[in-house]
Amino acid sequence: MRSCSAECELLTPGSLEAVLCLLHDEPGLWTPIAGGTEIMVLYGAGKLTERKFVSIAVPELREITEDGGWISVGGGCSFTQIRRHVGIQKHFPMLAQCASWLGGIANQNRGTIGGNLANASPAADSPPALFAYGAELELISARGKRRIPYEEFHLGYKKTALALDELIGTVLLPKRFDDSLRYVRKVGTRNAQAISKICMAATATVKHGHVEEIRIGMGSVAPTPLRLAATERALMGTELTDAAILNVVIWEARRALASETAPIDDIRSTAAYRTLVAGNLLEEMLRTFAGAAR
Amino acid sequence: MSMREFSLRVNGVERIVSAPPMARLLDVLRQELGLTGTKEGCGEGECGSCSVLINGELVNSCLVPIAQAAGTSITTIEGVGAHTKLHPVQQAFLQCGGAQCGICTPGMILAAVHLLEKCPNPTREQIEEGLNGNLCRCTGYMRIFAAVEKAATTIEAGVPG
Amino acid sequence: MQSERVVGQPVFRKEGLAKVLGAARYIDDLSMPGMIYGATVRSAIPRGRVLGIEFSPGIPWDEFTIVTAKDIPGKNYIAMINNDWPCLVDGVVNHPQEPILLLAHPDRHLLPQAVAAVHVRYEEMSSVHSIEESERGRTIIWGEDNVLKSYLLEKGDVDAAFAQPDIIIVVGEYTTGAQEHLYIENNGAIAMYDEHAGVTLWGSLQCPFYAHKSLMAVTGLPEDKVRVIQVETGGAFGGKEDYPSMIGAHAALLAMKSGRPVKIVYDRAEDMAATTKRHPSRTRHRTAVTKDGKLLAADIELCLDGGAYSTLSSTVLSRATIHSGGAYFWPNIRVRSKAYATNTPPHGAFRGFGAPQALFATERHMDRVAKAVGLTPEEFRRRNLLLTGETTSTGQVIRQQIDLQGWMERALDCANYREKKARFDRENPDGVRKKGIGFAVFLHGSGFTGSGERYLNSLVGVDATAEGRIRVLVSSTEFGQGTNTILCQIAAETLGVDYDVVEMAPPDTGIVPNSGPTVASRTAMVVGRLVQSAALGLKQTLIASGLLGERYLTEEFQAAAKAHIGKHGGLCSMSRYQAPPDVYWDDQTYRGEAYAAYAWAVYVAEVTVEVTTYSVAVDDFVALQEVGRVLNPVLATGQVEGGVAQGIGYALYEKVSWDRGLMKNNQMTNYIIPTSQDLPKIRVYFEEVPFEHGAYGAKGIGELPMDGPAPAILNAIAHATGEDFNAIPLLPEDIAERLAAGAPAAQEMATV
Ligand SMILES: Cc1cc2nc3c(=O)[nH]c(=O)nc-3n(C[C@H](O)[C@H](O)[C@H](O)COP(=O)(O)OP(=O)(O)OC[C@H]3O[C@@H](n4cnc5c(N)ncnc54)[C@H](O)[C@@H]3O)c2cc1C
Ligand code: FES
Ligand code: FES
Repeated sequence: MRSCSAECELLTPGSLEAVLCLLHDEPGLWTPIAGGTEIMVLYGAGKLTERKFVSIAVPELREITEDGGWISVGGGCSFTQIRRHVGIQKHFPMLAQCASWLGGIANQNRGTIGGNLANASPAADSPPALFAYGAELELISARGKRRIPYEEFHLGYKKTALALDELIGTVLLPKRFDDSLRYVRKVGTRNAQAISKICMAATATVKHGHVEEIRIGMGSVAPTPLRLAATERALMGTELTDAAILNVVIWEARRALASETAPIDDIRSTAAYRTLVAGNLLEEMLRTFAGAAR
Repeated sequence: MSMREFSLRVNGVERIVSAPPMARLLDVLRQELGLTGTKEGCGEGECGSCSVLINGELVNSCLVPIAQAAGTSITTIEGVGAHTKLHPVQQAFLQCGGAQCGICTPGMILAAVHLLEKCPNPTREQIEEGLNGNLCRCTGYMRIFAAVEKAATTIEAGVPG
Repeated sequence: MQSERVVGQPVFRKEGLAKVLGAARYIDDLSMPGMIYGATVRSAIPRGRVLGIEFSPGIPWDEFTIVTAKDIPGKNYIAMINNDWPCLVDGVVNHPQEPILLLAHPDRHLLPQAVAAVHVRYEEMSSVHSIEESERGRTIIWGEDNVLKSYLLEKGDVDAAFAQPDIIIVVGEYTTGAQEHLYIENNGAIAMYDEHAGVTLWGSLQCPFYAHKSLMAVTGLPEDKVRVIQVETGGAFGGKEDYPSMIGAHAALLAMKSGRPVKIVYDRAEDMAATTKRHPSRTRHRTAVTKDGKLLAADIELCLDGGAYSTLSSTVLSRATIHSGGAYFWPNIRVRSKAYATNTPPHGAFRGFGAPQALFATERHMDRVAKAVGLTPEEFRRRNLLLTGETTSTGQVIRQQIDLQGWMERALDCANYREKKARFDRENPDGVRKKGIGFAVFLHGSGFTGSGERYLNSLVGVDATAEGRIRVLVSSTEFGQGTNTILCQIAAETLGVDYDVVEMAPPDTGIVPNSGPTVASRTAMVVGRLVQSAALGLKQTLIASGLLGERYLTEEFQAAAKAHIGKHGGLCSMSRYQAPPDVYWDDQTYRGEAYAAYAWAVYVAEVTVEVTTYSVAVDDFVALQEVGRVLNPVLATGQVEGGVAQGIGYALYEKVSWDRGLMKNNQMTNYIIPTSQDLPKIRVYFEEVPFEHGAYGAKGIGELPMDGPAPAILNAIAHATGEDFNAIPLLPEDIAERLAAGAPAAQEMATV
């Protein structure tokens, strides 16, 4: 333990309202801690400069509700809650899958989806599925609520749309992907307890052999989790059922992918590997979709 | 900042501890309560040797600030079984060779107990997954899997441990 | 041999109950009255001179105990083979993370800040960071030529063999990386000092008498004023052979200066960055083989990266040298080996001790030689494996009845090798999942090399307590491998008593004799044998004294022991090592009986290489070995499975990332070992050929399983991909680089 706990404060107001008030009254002074699986790691290693924390582990943020066309996941829901939820398993199986890939069982019991997104690591495992499913976020503060598409959340490396007094209140998932084709894959340093070298999730609608809608999310290929907008554009309307054409489509898609991603060398992998594998996954995805569309 | 008092139920007994709120549950258990069966292998949530149950859920106690554990019910290895009455998982670890150096064992046993609570008849894949946050460097896991399988059978047969 | 009651039975581990209850006490679980905590200030550069040390304000320095090299009352070295490893830097730094200064304080939470507040100023000197750089010799960092040790082993006439006509010559270069032990319990020690009793050290360690020797040197205290006690040790694998002497000396120095008990326990980041790892290696093979696949000659050049000080490198190099020939009959062989100095923390002992490096090269190379002569790996090996009566590379005659060809066949059958190989060959061309199967045949020498056991001159005892319990007195320690259990089994068997009444005396140098270090797979075979003869002595004493008949129950034995103690005041039997007869070894020429016995093995690995991600999964693993008598099948199987898992990590996951001698990925999250979801079913089989000089026929088992997985897996990958990969760890990134070079997708990518 390289931090001195005697120098740190941690408040547990117990209700969402009280938490939001605190954040509002002294904006930027208090760092929220949910499951603590990011914060406590840095804290243990003596790498945190913050000294004042507020626990946002409150019941109001821990609910998953289904109504009409949406499933709403509270920002404080753990990945265990998410992967075990029947509605998520049914309508958003890739999110359940990603939840099962996050860390080990104990990390899933503690780690929250709000923490995963707010921490804003480009390697986080839940963002690709959220891109693929067209998720929206409800950000809350003592000032009120606002709703934004998830695409607008990440602004740069470890920079998000959250104001100093705001929390991720809810992750909203539209139930309109039940009939979509889907593809999800994590490439980690090993099969469990592994930070992703690349992770990817996609949904698509293919009609008469042509791509009608496609949404692709990818992690670890840019400073933020990425929705592959250029690749999606390149793929819109293309034909997947003709083998010769498919090869051209794949080639175009790889080009588009390369144009919008910029992987780096780091302690877990290399830029060259990530570039190559990202392209391979894209190809695998297209071949899978093509197979399903035939 | 100041020390605060927190009450929590540890292995069925109400305890009041005095600690800074950001103190790790791990340190409180080991240093304040003398429950040294919970080990520290990494301090970063990776090895699972600090595993305990909070309200029946497996967690890494190195990543839990004590303030967040206040008011909860905690099970450590000391609360799993006793000398005179081993838990079936402990008995099976002994019999199958699930413990070698023993440093991962308390956490591993808690992960196994947690798994069998959630999933009383696990397949091999479910066992592998249920223990995936608990690293063991000695055994190569095979004897541990065997122990969990054996414990599942014992528990199912209702044989007291 | 008569059938045995205790030996060969799966009795429970002696300390197992305490371990499953969480009641076993490891070093960080212990506390002494008045105890304070120690920490280490370490070098931030790989090489240079220390110009000054400054203490930043803001820390209550007067509350700290501070120790530098000047405070060392005795010698400033950790006593090993050459005594060149300083206990604390005195002027010159030779690697990153070298201990410079020690701090102690009652509040352990203050230490990280205090360590950070000590600023050391350096004058940097040029440093050396690879075997190649060290070999080039532009910068000399150790001795005259950077060579920590070298050996030359020669048998037959190698040059003449290579000059023969009509031969095929196969060359290859093989490299292996450093490997971190990653025992789950970090290094730690507690020391206490008292003017009358001297220094007492409690530690997580393998070799109490090694620490004892170092403490005597550092403290300048006499033998009887230094006491070392091993506490429950949470994994070691060789990693707690030498470093505990360092951390123990540090704790002792702080205890002497502060007058308080001092605990030093590393956290994971410090343990990984500062302590030893497996030696990286580079091995070049040049092999002469006849067209019909008979090995004629080997010319092998093996180099290890030893790190900044010589520590154990000479002995690791020695074992690597001897194991280089593998399990084959070589009419002619030459091995030239060198350990080079680099400005890295010294590399040290790690399960296998040089053999995994040497055997990786040999077994990978043998597959390539087989291919060059147009034979299958199995047929080529069949023609060349050692037979009883043939000689090893050191000229040692294999006297044991071995059947390597038969064992190889059995292992291949267990793995369904031939059927699978044919099927994979058929199916691979179409899939993105390429399957492969490969294997390795190898050996591991049990016990110390050459004359080592004679120098150790181990002593063990068996005694009885006033309560009639039997104790085994050894300095051999338990750290998971089963020492306690098997030694008690051996004693119980020999004495004819129940296993339950036999226990281990505390591993305390003040109580037990020096039975040598717990290393080199020597405990079951060498120490076990001594326990057997000491126990026999004890039993004979009781029978001779008339207190015990020829047939008796455990209770009768205990009663007789008590009666004997009542009459004579004690009951103890000691036994000292005697070399087996007709054994000779020449340290100069490296010829003769390198080891009293060898364990043998055939490991078969089945893999899938997935070409979308270039990842490798091991799908099935067969581990067949001959280790003499298996003393406890559950423990022995566990040893093999654990070793195989480490071997899989060594081959496919475990990479130490270096930055000028400093480990960059010194966190569990970035140093990747296999989890419960990364291993295949490991299927373990034993052949048992009892070894007449081992305890109940036992040979060594602990290290053997580390040797085979890497070459077996890389051979399987070669089968799957058709590509020769000759370096470990082999990560997906490496496979990608090679496979993608020719792939059309990559070319396309390259054009965009
Ligand atoms: C061993 C280990 C393995 C891991 N493996 C993975 C993995 O495979 N994949 C992966 O993606 N991650 C992994 N993680 C990272 C981590 O578990 C996840 O990112 C987790 O989702 C973080 O959630 P938390 O609640 O624990 O975050 P915390 O540590 O509580 O908080 C993280 C950050 O988010 C902020 N925050 C938390 N909740 C909110 C909210 N509702 N609104 C606004 N801000 C908030 C906090 O202020 C803090 O800055 C791993 C971590 C560990 C320790
Ligand atoms: S010490 Fe908590 S997970 Fe390793
Ligand atoms: S038994 Fe040693 S780490 Fe698991």
